[in-house]
Parts: sequence; structure tokens; C-alpha cells
Amino acid sequence: MDTTLAKAIVMAGSAIGAGLAMIAGIGPGIGQGYAAGKAAEAVGRQPEAKGDITSTMLFGCAVAESTGIYGLVVAMILLFVNPFVGQI
Amino acid sequence: MSVEITGPRILFEIPILGGIRITETIFNGWIVILLVSFLAWFLTRNMVTKNPGKRQLAAEKIYSMLMNLVEGVMGKKWTGFAPYIGALFAYSMFGSLLSLTGLRSVTGDLSTTGAMAILTTIMVIATNIRTNGVFGWLKSYTQPVALITPINIISEIANPVSMAFRHFGNIAAGIVITSLMYAALAAASNLILGWIPVEFIANIPILQVGLPAVLSIYFDLFTGFLQAYIICMLTMVNVSGAGE
Repeated sequence: MDTTLAKAIVMAGSAIGAGLAMIAGIGPGIGQGYAAGKAAEAVGRQPEAKGDITSTMLFGCAVAESTGIYGLVVAMILLFVNPFVGQI
Repeated sequence: MSVEITGPRILFEIPILGGIRITETIFNGWIVILLVSFLAWFLTRNMVTKNPGKRQLAAEKIYSMLMNLVEGVMGKKWTGFAPYIGALFAYSMFGSLLSLTGLRSVTGDLSTTGAMAILTTIMVIATNIRTNGVFGWLKSYTQPVALITPINIISEIANPVSMAFRHFGNIAAGIVITSLMYAALAAASNLILGWIPVEFIANIPILQVGLPAVLSIYFDLFTGFLQAYIICMLTMVNVSGAGE
């Protein structure tokens, strides 16, 4: 097959793959929203502990984010590094 | 109209040992190291016991905040780790905040965050060996049953990988989104001013004033500070967990 056409197909596949990888963003979105909602409830119940609640929530959110970050890293590698183009 | 998003560029190459490549990350990393060293020297010189100046008060405040954090998370036994945690925090935070000056963030490179994560793993293993002995450390992989040893080893590898990816991903996402935003704003202002026949005026990116600053507050200030806090927190929790 023509190399240019093969390259085009591979790059199109990489772009679609990057888009699919970003579906991983759904999970952390739901999880962080849930955590933030619970934190809001906790602040409502106990306003004097606001500082502790906020720092705990931020820590938990940042750790829960990692699955989304994996998706992002995979998408960025597919988009900007193009690992499969070199294999044609 | 083209958007160019690349990794750290190679600035020059030292022609020894088959060529050592000096990337933007290494160069900016040394800027950060010099900055932090200068701050440490500047804040702590001419210290007195009576009537301290503003500089000394700032240094004492930073020190007591760091000690409180380390003592609160790791306990009194592990305050020896405070210098490392402080250095990690300062390097990570200033490395991320470097993007405010227009230079590339040091932590927007997987090599930097990977090195931090590997250092943490080495410290975890060293603490574990120091507390339980080599045999006890090896035995800890077979807990609670010997059957799940492979899973324990995988989680031991996955921990630094997730730590490195988390920090790198957050900062790199900020870089990508900011450059996409700049390109989009340039295109939009070109659309607005494009009818003016004078080429100089038509190319002024008028929409780039203001809006990127809002993004910068989130991606540079908030994310940079939060990720520095997270990586220090995870290091402290893992190390003190290994020493039990």
C-alpha cells in the first residue's frame, strides 16, 4: 500500500484512539463531584472544621484523579508522539 | 494558523560520553535549584535571637509550617525526613510556578516527576529494610498470603508510576490547554480585526488580554501548589507506612 495513505490511516486511528481514551474523564468527574458534595454536606453540618474538610477533600480528589490522568497521558502520547506512525 | 505543542526542546549538547543532551527541563531545573538555594541563603543569613527581622520571621514561619506538616502526618519519630520533604515541596512548587515567567515548567516533563517518584520508592524500601530488616522486607511482599505476591509486586511498581503520571499529567495538561487557548484567541481576534487592511493592526491578538490570566490562576498557581502538596503528602504517608 501507498505509505502516505497508510500514514494517514494510522494517524486517523491515533486521533480516534485519543478521543476514546479521554472517555476515562467520566469516572473522576463523577467521583470528584461526589466527594465535593459530601464535603459541602460536612461543612454544612460542622462549619468550624472547614479547613480540615477542604484539605482532606482536595487530597482525595487529587488521588481520585489519577485514572483520568492516565487517560490524558495516553491521549497526549497518541496525539503528540505518534508512536504507531514509525512502525509502518 | 498552526498550533505547535512539543515536549521540552533540546537546547544544546555536551560532546562528552557520546553527547549529553541539555533540555529545557535541565536548564530550567538548575534555575529553580539556584532560586531555592538563593532564597534559603537570603532568608537565613544574619540570624539573631532577639528582635528578629522580617526575613528571619518569614524563615521561622516556613520552618514551623513544614515541621507541623511533617509531624502531623508522619509523627514525631520521623521528623528527620523534614529537609527532604521541604526540598521536594520547594522544587516541585517553584518548578510548576516557573511557567508564570514564560519558561517551560520543570515538572511538565515525565523525567522530573519520574525521578521524584523513584526517589520516594527508594526511601520507602530503605525505611522498610531499616525497620524490619532485609528478610522482613521480603516477607512483607507475601502478606497476607503468599499467593498474592505477584499482585504485591505489581502494586509496588504501580505506585511510583501513578505518582509520576499524576503530577506530570496535571502540569502538562495545563501547558497543552493554555497553548490551545492562546492559539484559539489569536484566531478569534484575527477574525474580528481581519477586515482592517493594515496588516500590523490586523495581527494584534487583542483577545489574548485578560482571559488567559484566569486560566493561569487555575493551571499555574492552584494546580502547581496542589500537586506539590499531593506529592509531598503521598511521600510522607508511604514512607511512614513502610516504617511500621
